[in-house]
Amino acid sequence: MAGVRFDHVTKRFSDVVAVDDLDLEVEDREFLVLLGPSGCGKSTALRMIAGLEEPSEGAIRIGDRRVDGVDPKDRDLSMVFQSYALYPHKSVRQNIEFPLRSRKVPADERERLVSDVAAQLGLTGLLARKPRQLSGGQRQRVALARAIVRRPAVFLMDEPLSNLDAKMRTSTRAELVELHARLGTTFIYVTHDQVEAMTMADRVAVMNDGALQQIGPPQAVYDRPENVFVAQFIGSPPMNVIAGTVVDEDGVRSVQAAGGSLRLSPEVASQLGQRGPGEVLVGVRPEHLVVAGSGIPAKLRVVESLGHERHLLCELQDAREVIVRTGSGRQAPGEGTTVFLDAPPESLHLFDPDSGRRLH
Amino acid sequence: MAVPSVASDTPAAAGAPAALGTSGARDERVAARRREWPLALLFLAPSAVVFGVFVFYPLYRTIQLAMYRSGPFGRLGEFVGVSNISDVLGSAEFRHSLGVTLRFTAITVPLGLVLGLALAVLAHERLRGISIFRTLFASTVATSVAVASIMWLLLLNPSVGLVNAFLEWAGQDRIDFLNEPGWALWTVSFTTVWLHLVFTFIVFSAGLQSVPDELLESARMDGAGGWRRFRHVTLPMLSPTLLFVFVVLSINAFQSFGQIDLLTQGGPNDRTRVLVYAIFQEVRRGDPSTAAAQAVALFGILFVLTILQLRVLERRVFYG
Repeated sequence: MAGVRFDHVTKRFSDVVAVDDLDLEVEDREFLVLLGPSGCGKSTALRMIAGLEEPSEGAIRIGDRRVDGVDPKDRDLSMVFQSYALYPHKSVRQNIEFPLRSRKVPADERERLVSDVAAQLGLTGLLARKPRQLSGGQRQRVALARAIVRRPAVFLMDEPLSNLDAKMRTSTRAELVELHARLGTTFIYVTHDQVEAMTMADRVAVMNDGALQQIGPPQAVYDRPENVFVAQFIGSPPMNVIAGTVVDEDGVRSVQAAGGSLRLSPEVASQLGQRGPGEVLVGVRPEHLVVAGSGIPAKLRVVESLGHERHLLCELQDAREVIVRTGSGRQAPGEGTTVFLDAPPESLHLFDPDSGRRLH
Repeated sequence: MAVPSVASDTPAAAGAPAALGTSGARDERVAARRREWPLALLFLAPSAVVFGVFVFYPLYRTIQLAMYRSGPFGRLGEFVGVSNISDVLGSAEFRHSLGVTLRFTAITVPLGLVLGLALAVLAHERLRGISIFRTLFASTVATSVAVASIMWLLLLNPSVGLVNAFLEWAGQDRIDFLNEPGWALWTVSFTTVWLHLVFTFIVFSAGLQSVPDELLESARMDGAGGWRRFRHVTLPMLSPTLLFVFVVLSINAFQSFGQIDLLTQGGPNDRTRVLVYAIFQEVRRGDPSTAAAQAVALFGILFVLTILQLRVLERRVFYG
């Protein structure tokens, strides 16, 4: 069992900086999700843990051991690839026992370990089959089985659910969480899907442009995004962000934006402190926006009904679009009408318009 | 009748009879196939013409020639059936040539496979400047048999050749590679391997490119060293390429002529007289019927051999 630590790790591919001064500690037995859009450096970070890439600068430690320059097979970790990377000419059994054979595990023990892991993952009846005779979900299980059969200290996964259909993905998410609890191993999981991050992670590390944006428990990251990127990347539909100005009116601070105003809570107002009036970016999650008697005027363009909820796509005066999420119980206003959007003061997130950083 | 036609257009209606295999559906399929015949022939016409003129017609004429006695210019005389062919098969000369050809094949095919694969694997490594090497190496694909043979003729020349100069420098005796009975077949085989090496290199290089990186990375993480990755991932993924190169090299070996003609003319003492060269000698001797009979025998042998290779080896080939 072991944690993983990045010490100021940078990875360059000729002129491109894939990972930029990454400082990150994954705790022992933790389920950490590296989350970010494609090209953000999350897969490169994972491949550096695996030893498939070497850092240009900085150090990576697994447990107490510095591993730069150590061969992948000597790092005591295993990996599930996005494509599963099953050996197509080998049977399921041969695939699962390949890492054991490579490590010269005796035949009787190999037999026992393969049977165990096959039983755990419901593959017992499929051991004689070839990968192409399996469904996507079954292939994914074989890849998992091959990775866990030798009980590595750290378990790496690179978008392992992206080749599954939506239904399979949902059920596999729950199984992975159970598997993590059962194995008690450190899991490091790369994905661009924020739903996977929210549902499985102990902590989520959000990356963009090679740099770590924020790390924390999923709910904390959702509730208090550190910058505009995180705010808009986590949550679906994403957080609405509009440009506004902080003003003082009769001792009450509010934000004026797009021809209307939103009141700030006293806590936020006081945390803004001496900053005083000025330009800000206001973030509001779609579920916090409500259609009210006053607030920011907007034209309701489209009503999307999802059954259990509705998304109202509204256009503000500055032509920006915002999304309001409402229950499906109430009658939605008609498309094309002008409505006023308001939000509770404590639900507003204020960001610096230049740096994008959270202001409170 | 609009209503039935609409009904039969629905997937359920169209699928059900086909699934049951009723005669109506079968007739319809046969009729459809018959309607597509003219179009199929039209598409096949260009290649059919080329193959017909350059392959099938000469083949037909060769078989015909093999069944007649003939004059030196191929005028057909008396029909003798398969007796020409059975004479050829029974003759010591033919058996000798077949033996030479088999030895030649047994040297050139395995050596060509192993060397071509080894070079391709080396050139597949991600090293600085490797693409320059790859390009340089592959560019010799344009070398013709004649040019290559002349080059080797010069290199191997017993008095002025570079190879013998090197042997002398190393304190060894000079060797007349192309005229010494013990050396001639080996020498011709080596030059043939060299000649086909670019082809095998290019084909294996293409095969290696198609082995997914993730499989090799996965094997690396699974603890497999370089040899084990090659043996358990690269080689099985290359098996279709291996089979293809094996069959092509075998056919090439059986059909070798140019380098034999230029380097040894079948000598010394017929030690390098492979089948195609023997056929050529028969023609020159003014016996096209015997030459044709030998050609038909060669065709039969190659045909059977290739089918055997595909049948036997295909079981061990994995198509991804």
